[in-house]
Amino acid sequence: MSTTLFDKVWASHVVKSIEDGPDVFFIDRHFIHEVTSPVAFLGLENRGVGVIFPERTFATADHNTPTINQHLPVEDPLSANQLKALESNAAKYGITHWGLGHQKNGIVHVVGPENGITLPGMTIVCGDSHTSTHGAFGAIAFGIGTSEVEMVLSSQCIMQPKPKKMRITVNGKIGKGVLSKDVILYIIAQISAAGATGYFVEYAGDVFENMSMEGRMTVCNMTIEMGARGGMIAPDETTFAYLKGREQSPKGEDWERLLTYWATLKTDDDAVFDKELTYTAEEIEPQITYGTNPGLGTGISSTIPKAEDVIDGEASYKKSLAYMGFSEGENMIGKDVDYVFIGSCTNGRIEDFRAFASIVKGRKKADNITAWLVPGSHIVESQIKEEGLLDIFHEAGFVLRQPGCSACLAMNDDKVPAGKLAVSTSNRNFEGRQGPNSRTLLASPLVAAAAAVSGKVTDPRDFL
Amino acid sequence: MAYDKFTVLNSTCVPLPLENVDTDQIIPARFLKATKREGFGDNLFRDWRYNNDNSPKADFVLNNPTYSGKILIAGRNFGSGSSREHAAWALYDYGFKCVISSFFADIFKGNSLNIGILPVTISPGFLDKIFLAIEKDANVTVTVDLPNQKVIIDATGDSESFEINGYKKNNMVNGFDDIDYLQSMKEEIGKFETTRPF
Repeated sequence: MSTTLFDKVWASHVVKSIEDGPDVFFIDRHFIHEVTSPVAFLGLENRGVGVIFPERTFATADHNTPTINQHLPVEDPLSANQLKALESNAAKYGITHWGLGHQKNGIVHVVGPENGITLPGMTIVCGDSHTSTHGAFGAIAFGIGTSEVEMVLSSQCIMQPKPKKMRITVNGKIGKGVLSKDVILYIIAQISAAGATGYFVEYAGDVFENMSMEGRMTVCNMTIEMGARGGMIAPDETTFAYLKGREQSPKGEDWERLLTYWATLKTDDDAVFDKELTYTAEEIEPQITYGTNPGLGTGISSTIPKAEDVIDGEASYKKSLAYMGFSEGENMIGKDVDYVFIGSCTNGRIEDFRAFASIVKGRKKADNITAWLVPGSHIVESQIKEEGLLDIFHEAGFVLRQPGCSACLAMNDDKVPAGKLAVSTSNRNFEGRQGPNSRTLLASPLVAAAAAVSGKVTDPRDFL
Repeated sequence: MAYDKFTVLNSTCVPLPLENVDTDQIIPARFLKATKREGFGDNLFRDWRYNNDNSPKADFVLNNPTYSGKILIAGRNFGSGSSREHAAWALYDYGFKCVISSFFADIFKGNSLNIGILPVTISPGFLDKIFLAIEKDANVTVTVDLPNQKVIIDATGDSESFEINGYKKNNMVNGFDDIDYLQSMKEEIGKFETTRPF
């Protein structure tokens, strides 16, 4: 029987199938962080149950952490509390923990892959919806709630009904100034923020085959924003080259054995999906969102659509535009911007900072812009310094902060003030996401860089 | 028992006829700093419910004494966004035991079922009927019958069936959770683990 990549990885993890019920689904890797784990550990204690496989669990501090002066005690008592809880729980159960200040600390979905912890054919969960990021490696990876965190800690399994399957194919070659972030923003705009709910997405076609691992991570990361449970891309030579030699990647005989297994992780030619969508790369220009969900986006040179041309209902569309202070038919280009944020699990990796540098080099930060440059991890931070990008940033008037989720969800002090407009390389533009009454435009690192030096929404291709 | 059993719920309803209500609205990120599950009800829909000075916003439904009840009626794509289970806790802690809509986001739906809130999916047409009935009479009651998988507008007798996974239904009717079940499978899981290639 012909099966898809998703079918193969799913089937190899079913411990037991329940009639008219979910599968008992084994989890190879469980990432935890300080916000969604404390209550789960409390639950374990109350039940008198332990962590079944601590070696399959990895902890990092990222959501709540400050991105400056990390060497000083954390000021916010609630944040400090959560960080302490993670540290003590990790120690109690023997779980690897990369806390604030640890040389490997960073955003959970950045540190997993860069250390070779994420591998093809794995099932990976974390109490964070952007866990879908790891699907870039041909893993089934998705976000879970705190009760499920407790489930995985205590049994290494969750009860999971198998989602439907969607394949999204994009063929052709993306143009100059167009990045993987634009590809995924374009797709979400075509089908809306609920367009893939109930599905698990596989990406296929030239565009993904030619994409770097970091580009694939951006795409899989944002897959949740069209309602899908997760996204994945079949592992190939690009994947193996990325993984070879990373600290926790398999070595020697293990590596050879796994390469053989990984070569089988492909969708069969005549496998059937529940839904198939196809797009053309050449139609994709740099994107920008204008509304209060990630599906409300458009090509940067376009105008804001009329309500009748958008999938979302009219009432919620009008509410969205009213919140943003925008109108149907307006241009996005030329809008004054106040804040620029480059970072997050979506675009906080070295290629994103290289892209940002390519535009700001030899130029200056616009006076009206407050810019937050937040690397996804200390490893990314080191790379930025080694490659001379830090000098480029300083020359242009930018400052590099320390790793963390930061302004993506503004749980720490990196909050965009009320009413201000931010161009952000993160993943959500919901009302108040980056700070109460703040307004967010989601975009690629190139669009963010163009805004940072011009002070306005600008087509990055003008600078390239 | 992990949470209260859910069999037949009969209650007045709180109408929220908005689409795409995301989890950042249900419970803003700044409230995720707690290390225990209780107390989230106070911050349910915080930024829609209260001004910066903590005075209640008169035009938000939770501040309108006309509407109250254990059932929230919501527009399509309720619960989109983050995997924060805190969104479900906030609803449960506030007093909602059931949310009725024409479409739920996946992760939110799973979280709700895990903690004892029943998410009921009905047709858009029937959802409109319920909103209309509440508009006509704020005291209208709705019956959600889980064993028979039926939603009934009591005043008119109008009803519709809803789908729910058999395993989840059994858990909710008995107040069981998945962790108890998985603990009973520990040996089998242990054997499975030894077969993993990594």
